[in-house]
Amino acid sequence: MAVNEYQNIFTRVQVTGPAEEGIELPKGIWERQGTPFFSYWLGKIGDAQVGPFYLGTFGLLSLAFGLTAFEIIGFNMWASVNWNPIEFVRQLFWLALEPPAAEHGLSIPPLNEGGWWLLAGFFLTISIVLWWFRMYRRARQLGLGTHTAWAFAAAIWLYLVLGFIRPVLMGSWSEAVPFGVFPHLDWTAAFSLRYGNLFYNPFHMLSIVFLYGSVLLFAMHGATILATARYGAEREIEQIVDRGTGSERAALFWRWTMGFNASMESIHRWAWWFAVLCPLTGGIGILLTGTVVDNWYLWAVKHGVAPAYPAMLPATADPLMGAN
Amino acid sequence: MIKQWFAKTVSIALGVVLLAGCEPPTAESTQNGFRGTGMLQLEQPKVREAKVAANQVPAASPALPATPPYAKDVYQNVQVLGDLGVGQFTRLMAAMTQWVAPEEGCNYCHVTGNLASDDIYTKVVSRRMLQMTQHINANWNDHVGETGVTCYTCHRGNNVPAEIWFEDPGPRSAAKAGWRDNQNTPAPVAAMASLPYDSLSRYLLGDEEIRVIGNTALPSTNTSPIKATEGTYSLMMHMSDALGVNCTFCHNTRAMADWTQSTPQRVTAWYGIEMARDLNVDYLDPLQPVYPEHRLGDLGDAPKANCATCHQGVNKPLYGAAMVKDFPSLTVEASTSAMGQVSSEAASAVATSEAVDRQEAEGI
Repeated sequence: MAVNEYQNIFTRVQVTGPAEEGIELPKGIWERQGTPFFSYWLGKIGDAQVGPFYLGTFGLLSLAFGLTAFEIIGFNMWASVNWNPIEFVRQLFWLALEPPAAEHGLSIPPLNEGGWWLLAGFFLTISIVLWWFRMYRRARQLGLGTHTAWAFAAAIWLYLVLGFIRPVLMGSWSEAVPFGVFPHLDWTAAFSLRYGNLFYNPFHMLSIVFLYGSVLLFAMHGATILATARYGAEREIEQIVDRGTGSERAALFWRWTMGFNASMESIHRWAWWFAVLCPLTGGIGILLTGTVVDNWYLWAVKHGVAPAYPAMLPATADPLMGAN
Repeated sequence: MIKQWFAKTVSIALGVVLLAGCEPPTAESTQNGFRGTGMLQLEQPKVREAKVAANQVPAASPALPATPPYAKDVYQNVQVLGDLGVGQFTRLMAAMTQWVAPEEGCNYCHVTGNLASDDIYTKVVSRRMLQMTQHINANWNDHVGETGVTCYTCHRGNNVPAEIWFEDPGPRSAAKAGWRDNQNTPAPVAAMASLPYDSLSRYLLGDEEIRVIGNTALPSTNTSPIKATEGTYSLMMHMSDALGVNCTFCHNTRAMADWTQSTPQRVTAWYGIEMARDLNVDYLDPLQPVYPEHRLGDLGDAPKANCATCHQGVNKPLYGAAMVKDFPSLTVEASTSAMGQVSSEAASAVATSEAVDRQEAEGI
């Protein structure tokens, strides 16, 4: 195999051998499921070996609760087109399970006036939290750190702020997001409009910084490793403690181009924090909206964030004010 | 070899299909706000050409003097335009025929041989529409300016204007699940968004609060829920669609609510909403008993007006052609307008007109 196979932007290298069964599991817990097999096409984008798979108690319960939520949402969407299968497919992106109307506040509304939404959210939350425990426990039992679980927890924070914590603080389930493709996007647009333009929310700004920053870091890191893989730098973790020429060249490249370089270890901390801070700051921004700030544009004017533009058009006044 | 050829063909075909969804890069932009605010209107020249061609107005015949004999003295049952000279009256009737019923002619509204009869429902409707036109031109200058409106503004040669609306019950859903809160289906009124589909009933017939954004930085008295914003958003999508403009035609979108950063058009549009509600409540909705069933909506309601009824995709209907200057009688409210309200008596009389003796009906 020529080393320059790594220069292709697609994966060209597939190593096959006897299936890796994984380490011994402690006594008294579930077996891993399924006989491992190799997939040529999955090998194109990842490891060609598929399975064995570990489900466990948390995994099984999480799937059961998740499936329940999925079915409640799906059947409500289908019911909303009167069980018409063609319309269900045609309108799928428009359909949703809608949270209760504002007048219900935080009470439990009738099933078909938001009750189904509350149930679906309840089951989905249980499912997600169980999956988090599963992720934590799998990492521990493999002797890993729990970084993945805490990164997932950051996403769960944003989810809970949107669907639970903020609605509770606002005193109404109607403040929460509907379950549906376009409807949740409309909700997002309406949320920004209602609270005077979310782009003036500093935590929304931070969230965007970390979102786009993650993209930039990911591109820089992926490109660096692919470019130095011909010198063995794809063995990133080994090169943290035993720097080879690949790692040295990667460091030189960035020092030459911008004067500073991350190390083989720190670049992964950069990536983890950027990714985790995106939903963390975003969640804070949502939490403050409506609870402590009602109009982000006016807030930004008050704090010298939003500039004033020179008048270009004839003065316009609120006709209602004129009438008074 | 064949595999490579196949892959190339598929990727080229895919590229062509994807590009086919794009507009040509010929859109012209007009700036209508301070630079950097994104306040500009985009329009494809071809679309504009087509719209200009579709918005040509018919020429008016030469004006005639207001000399006796007057219409009220020559014809019977002339309730609105009686003070016109007979010549003027006939000229307006001819113009209305051209505007509203060019193929059917006079008999679309009039009983052959008995012009005074109110037996055909269209005559009762058109009388009320004349009063509505006068009402708009006399009282809604804030919206229609000196341009004014005529029957043609909405009708454009059609018996029924192309853009009317009925209350939208939405698609039928099952009994115990699938509650959608009047949204979450492609809503024609909101440019097929999943926003509420009944926003016209809420804002242009009812007077639900359209303003949802608070005017203080910190929470104070505004408790408007997100769902109210979705309703307003739906109405705004209708306005944008109806006028062929985007949000920045009226708003500086960084501060949607702020009037001082809005364009003067926003004030005109505000009066437009008030006007549409006024017309629907006082003129269009009450005509419900007059119409035959096939003119009514799914819920049995009368056809109503929204922004698109006049605008039809253009920010100034008919590109601002001032037709009403040729028909001054349409600019003042006739003195008889007080009795012009369609009473339920008159309406039921029309509805059962077949059973009523024609001469008796004339007396109404």
